[in-house]
Amino acid sequence: MAYKAKIKVTLRPSILDVQGKAAQHALSNLGYSSVESVRIGKYMEVTIEESSASDAERVCTEICQKLLSNPIMEDFTFELEPVN
Amino acid sequence: MADVTLGIVVFPGSNCDHDTEYAVASFPGVKPLMLWHNDHDLKGSDAIILPGGFSYGDYLRCGSIARFSPLMREVVEFARKGRPVLGICNGFQVLVESGLLEGALIRNTGKKFICRQSNIKVVNNKTIFTDAYSQDEVLSIPVAHGEGNYYASAETIESLESNGQVVFRYTDADGGETVEANFNGSLGNIAGITNRQGNVLGLMPHPERASERLLGSEDGRRLFESLFRHVTGS
Repeated sequence: MAYKAKIKVTLRPSILDVQGKAAQHALSNLGYSSVESVRIGKYMEVTIEESSASDAERVCTEICQKLLSNPIMEDFTFELEPVN
Repeated sequence: MADVTLGIVVFPGSNCDHDTEYAVASFPGVKPLMLWHNDHDLKGSDAIILPGGFSYGDYLRCGSIARFSPLMREVVEFARKGRPVLGICNGFQVLVESGLLEGALIRNTGKKFICRQSNIKVVNNKTIFTDAYSQDEVLSIPVAHGEGNYYASAETIESLESNGQVVFRYTDADGGETVEANFNGSLGNIAGITNRQGNVLGLMPHPERASERLLGSEDGRRLFESLFRHVTGS
């Protein structure tokens, strides 16, 4: 059974996101004064072939911890959906 | 000086490997050895250097993919045995990603890639990499990086500081640890740290680019000299 994982990796709240800050400044220059903050992260789609959703979830958690995010500076979340 | 074999790890995208080879080859008795990242053998190296560059195109995060190169397994084992490992710039990023050094290197606060001469102060000259320098000596050594902003949790910073693991800090020409001199936004103006045991050093500035007068500074030479003296026991 194949599962698609939609993974979001974001900088931890304690870390200044300079890219997000620059985008927010640009939006404010465009007149969007109501935009209070912008945080920029990464979005990844990973297809995982496992026999059950719980196995796919375990693999996805492991790969996020080992490679796809750096726990010192980033957080990750993901959604899993079966692919037919 | 007795013979020293110095392994320089070459990743796809390394670009300071030959500069480093050139700089260390000028020391008598030092034999640089280029080690391909896909090899499984450090070939009798007495010390290892992870050079600067853009290993694996800096994909995902700087140093994150290089960390899983087959040769890195050997480098981690070598470091765990207490043998000397030096990471310069991208090499420093690989060392933090591999867990040999604590913390992380994130985007410079000014967002720009910064390529210029920098002043760094030797804040611990009792390491195997810095004992040819004087304590608090200010060096002129170039930097070239986009992600050199050193970050770690408050507890990690505190333990690095109290254990003397902070070795270099960005300063002004007089050694003042000012905000202006801290051009990439690093916590505590940190430019280089060691591990707890002191056998692994990572720094963002490029000592190999300050290794002879023709390059504008030879302040980087004594870092290699300290290391080679340690390896040969002289």
